[in-house]
Amino acid sequence: MKNPGIRLKKKGTPYGVKVPESKFTAQNQIEPAPLPEKAIIPLHQNIGAPCEAVVKKGDKVLTGQKIGDSEKYVNAPVHATISGEISGTTMVVNPPTAQLMQALVVTSDGADEWVKLEPPPNPEDLSVKEILARVREAGLVGLGGAAFPTHVKLSPPKDVRIDTVILNGCECEPYITSDHRVMLEYGEKVLSGLSIIKKVLSPDNIYIAIEDNKEDAIDHMEELIVAMGFKEDFRIVPLKSKYPMGAEKILTKMILGREVPIGGLPLHVGVVVHNVSTAKAIHDAVVEGKPFVERVVTVTGAVKHPKNLLVRFGTPLRSLIDYCGGIDGQANEVVLGGPMMGFSQFDLDFPVIKGTNGVIVKESTPINEQDCISCGKCIDVCPVYLMPTLLARYAKAGRYDECKEAYIDDCFECGACAYTCPANIPIVQYIKVAKRELAKRAVKK
Amino acid sequence: MIPERKFLISPGPHLWKGLSVSKIMYRVVIALMFPTGAAIYFFGYHAISVIGVSVGTCLLTEYGCKRLRNQAFVMDGSAVVTGVLLGLILPPTIPLWMVAIGAIFSIAIVKEAFGGLGHNIFNPALGGRAFMSASFSAEMTTWVLPMGFGADAVTSATPLSDSFIWSADKLALYKALFLGNTAGSLGETSALFILIGGVLLLALGIINWRIPAIYIGMVALMAVALGQDPLFNILAGGLMLGAFFMATDYVTSPLTNRGKIVFSVALGVLTVIIRRFAGMPEGVCFSILFGNAITPLIDRYIKVRPYGLVKKVPSAG
Repeated sequence: MKNPGIRLKKKGTPYGVKVPESKFTAQNQIEPAPLPEKAIIPLHQNIGAPCEAVVKKGDKVLTGQKIGDSEKYVNAPVHATISGEISGTTMVVNPPTAQLMQALVVTSDGADEWVKLEPPPNPEDLSVKEILARVREAGLVGLGGAAFPTHVKLSPPKDVRIDTVILNGCECEPYITSDHRVMLEYGEKVLSGLSIIKKVLSPDNIYIAIEDNKEDAIDHMEELIVAMGFKEDFRIVPLKSKYPMGAEKILTKMILGREVPIGGLPLHVGVVVHNVSTAKAIHDAVVEGKPFVERVVTVTGAVKHPKNLLVRFGTPLRSLIDYCGGIDGQANEVVLGGPMMGFSQFDLDFPVIKGTNGVIVKESTPINEQDCISCGKCIDVCPVYLMPTLLARYAKAGRYDECKEAYIDDCFECGACAYTCPANIPIVQYIKVAKRELAKRAVKK
Repeated sequence: MIPERKFLISPGPHLWKGLSVSKIMYRVVIALMFPTGAAIYFFGYHAISVIGVSVGTCLLTEYGCKRLRNQAFVMDGSAVVTGVLLGLILPPTIPLWMVAIGAIFSIAIVKEAFGGLGHNIFNPALGGRAFMSASFSAEMTTWVLPMGFGADAVTSATPLSDSFIWSADKLALYKALFLGNTAGSLGETSALFILIGGVLLLALGIINWRIPAIYIGMVALMAVALGQDPLFNILAGGLMLGAFFMATDYVTSPLTNRGKIVFSVALGVLTVIIRRFAGMPEGVCFSILFGNAITPLIDRYIKVRPYGLVKKVPSAG
């Protein structure tokens, strides 16, 4: 430990679960994936309002040209990720919501001709307003998985003071290594993006949270902080690897001891958490003037050559899996995101979208549910101290009001309960059903 | 190229730890082999036949009940655990037909009649033993000294009964109790071997340390409070076996850690009170059964405080 002022003491938690890390691609350099012949670009890739197409069939588009936008505030525009022609629209199924959504299809002209980028002459002179406008125009969303529009997250309500920013480099999901590689290969851009976040939110403290299964990333970020002269403005908190350490609520508790109120956000306790890849994308958008058209995706599991790929949005999963040597063995499930919270997709023509950090090919694991034996292991691991077995019991019986009384809203669906359950009860799956039913009822009222 | 095949979808998590109910049960069986080994060493053929009949009858009864209930019989190991435990808490010379009746009662009434594994209120083995105590009181209180495989059985009082007389010094008594060289139920006599099995369960993460630690600690405290010998109270009778293997039964003990603490304290207090004031030396058995009975109540009122519980929830955004 060379810089005790920068690298703080390691922290750990008794909650959560130890999962087999399976991070096979941790040492694989990021390589660009081949550009797709057809990019399928859904118009709704963020939490909030969907985009409307601003181009029509037959239009020629350049890489980085805006093709979808919205008047709504909670929205992020989408861009063409290759150059070519808008050849039509198609419908794709969005895995998390299982809803059909419209997508524009761009057929490549093979040239990958970019729009003219307009980087600011002096990035340091940009006002907060100009930064936020650039972030929005670039179509940035949070890359940790939730895909919440970044400019909204960077604009806290006026009555809220953000005193702490946490940069999240935990990547606690097994298999996924995209944030890890981004820290190692684009560390300067990550820190540059973080200093932009600092300028926008002007917090008192900035922490970079990294799990200790990425010692190389911790060392590298520490060296960069020193080399780039950020001194103790940015401090690294190494965390003992445990799932779901990288969840906002858990980081807020681990680093600051503050609990996000049930139904609230970290900003209600003065905290904003951003992902390392988001910080890198903020740098690209603000300093380089580059629209958000690509991200690092870990393609792993039962493929012949697992890789970390720099992928243009709209690239179909099929071509990524092909590029990684195809499927090995009898695998019959493709999970987008990590294996704990990711969603499986049956349609391999589905594209990589902004929220996709990994593609995991695996054999589907059947669930053989037995009766609860009241072992209480789900309670021991629940990172938000709920009683998952009771929630599952109520949900199974359709007693949703009792779920509500048992604080089901506190659950962020990490799945540590279902992972641990000896009776193989799909606890979090029942909880998801109950939450949906409760949401439906709330809409009806 | 990607082979043409159907891709399945399922909700996350897409990983499972794989420590299944049956794996847990068989680990408990392995841990139980230590007190079982001690029982065989001290009581020879008696131990083998009693435990064998108990396990066999438990399995057959479970099979029969599942058939009657039109459910699949799963060899999940829970009936084996009940069978071994019941055998270990019976007197060595108990007639085998009584063992069979106790085992049938354990599985058919205490476990399956309530809905099977996970739904029973009482620990099946202890329920079976309580039933046998009430039905066969003479045979259930006939104790013999350890005789191994060769010698004949010689009746003797157990250390906890009023008629127990110890002529040698105290240290020798503790040693006999610790190693198991006294009269008593088959698997209860050797604290040492129970401890080995219990530590194994703790190390494997199968049982929660709070229950045995607080239960045994509370018995010692209560013994001191009532002017009795704490070490004697810990080592004598079924406390060690009960604390490590029966009070820790998942199904019949509270869910939360705080609930487990309340449960264990209640068990400790009751055990000493029953031992000191009741007519039968059944402290451990009845205190755990009582604890089982109040477990739903404990779980109803002792909950975990959820993360982020505040009186006023701010408006989101």
